[in-house]
Amino acid sequence: MVIKILGSGCANCKKLEANVREALKQLGIEATIEKVEDFKDIMAYGVMRTPALVVDDQVKVMGRVPSIEGIKKYL
Amino acid sequence: MIFDWLNDRLLKMEWLSELIRLLVEKVFGLSINDKIGGSIHFFIYDTIKIFILLSALIFVISYIQSYFPPERTKKILRRVKGIKGNILGALLGTITPFCSCSSIPIFIGFTSAGLPLGVIFSFLISSPMVDLASLMLLMSFFGHKIAIAYVVVGLILAVVGGTLIEKFRLEKYVEGYVREIEDVDAEVPEMTHGERISYSKEQVRDIIKGVWLYVLIGVGIGAAIHNWIPQSVIENVIGENNPFAVLLATIVSIPMYADIFGTLPIAEALFAKGVDLGTIMSFMMAVTALSLPSLIMLSKVVKPKLLAIFVSIVTVGIIIVGYIFNAFSYIFM
Repeated sequence: MVIKILGSGCANCKKLEANVREALKQLGIEATIEKVEDFKDIMAYGVMRTPALVVDDQVKVMGRVPSIEGIKKYL
Repeated sequence: MIFDWLNDRLLKMEWLSELIRLLVEKVFGLSINDKIGGSIHFFIYDTIKIFILLSALIFVISYIQSYFPPERTKKILRRVKGIKGNILGALLGTITPFCSCSSIPIFIGFTSAGLPLGVIFSFLISSPMVDLASLMLLMSFFGHKIAIAYVVVGLILAVVGGTLIEKFRLEKYVEGYVREIEDVDAEVPEMTHGERISYSKEQVRDIIKGVWLYVLIGVGIGAAIHNWIPQSVIENVIGENNPFAVLLATIVSIPMYADIFGTLPIAEALFAKGVDLGTIMSFMMAVTALSLPSLIMLSKVVKPKLLAIFVSIVTVGIIIVGYIFNAFSYIFM
C-alpha cells in the first residue's frame, strides 16, 4: 500500500502523518508513506485544501485531520 | 420586533453585560463609569461574548461549509459565464472554507479549471472579508441594519473589483507555471454526518487556536480606546473633524493582519466614541481584505503588476465605500 500525505509542511500535515503512522501501527499494516509538498504535485490530485490523504492514488481526505480511528477506515 | 429581541439576547448578550457589570461593581468594588472599571468591564464582557459567539458560529457554519468545499465551488463556477460568474464567485466566497494558507492552491486550482481571472478575484476579495460568521458577529456588535449593509457592500466590492480585473485583461500577469498545471477534478470524498460533526468541532478548535491572541489584542485595544483615549483625540484623528479619516483608516489598516474577530472590538469602541460608520467600515474591510501575509502568498502566483492593480482597485473601492457610508450614515442611526 502506498500512502501519500499532501501538504506543504503545515502543522496539520505533520499531525496527519503522525495519525497515519499510529493507525498503521495499531492495524499492523506495512505501507510506504510519501510526503508530497510541491504545489504542482499536490494540484495533480485536484486537491485545493491541505492536508490531504491519498491511499493507493485515491484521495480519501482533504482539508482536515481525521482521528486515528477515522484513518483506519481508509487503510 | 422578535428579531431585535433575539438579537439582544443571543447575539448582543445584554444579560452578560449586566452580569459582568455586577461582577465589576459588587466584587471588584469599581464603577463601570470609571476608567479602570469601564476597561475591565469592556475587556471581560467582550472577550467572553466573542469566544461564545465564535465557538457556536464556527461550529454551525463549518457544518454548512462542509457541503461547499472549494473543489465543488470550482465545478459550480465553471458552469456560469460573465458577470453572473463574478456574483456567484463573490457569494461562494462567503461560504467556502478558506484561510490565507490555502489561497495558492485555490488560485491555481481555479485558474487551471479555466475560470476567468475576474471571477477568481471576486472570490478572493469576498472570501476573507465577508462570511457568515462575520455577518452574525456584526449583528451582535452593530445591529442587523449595519451588518447587512456591510455584507452587501462587501459583495458589491468583490463583484466590481473582479469585473474590473477582468476588463483590464491581465491574464498575462499570472505566473507561467500556474497555467501549465493541469486541471484535475478530484473525487471529493463524501463525508458522513459524523465526519461533518467532527470536522466542525476541529474547525472550532483550530480557528480558536489561531485567533485567540488577535481577539485578546483587539479587545485590549478596544478597551483602551473605550476608556483611556480622549474623545477629542479620536475626533480629530479619525472622527468627523478630519476629512481624510476614511483615507487614513484604510491606508493604516491594509498591512495589518487580523481576523474580523479581532477587528470587531476595536471597531465597536471607535463606534462608541462617535467615529463615523463609513470610516469604521473602511477600517474593517481594509484589515480583512488586504494584509501583508495574504499579499505575500498571492505574489507567488501573480506578477507584481497584477498584484499592484489588485491592491489599488480594492483600496480605492474601500475608500469610496467609506465616504459613501459617511455621507448616508444617517440612514443607519
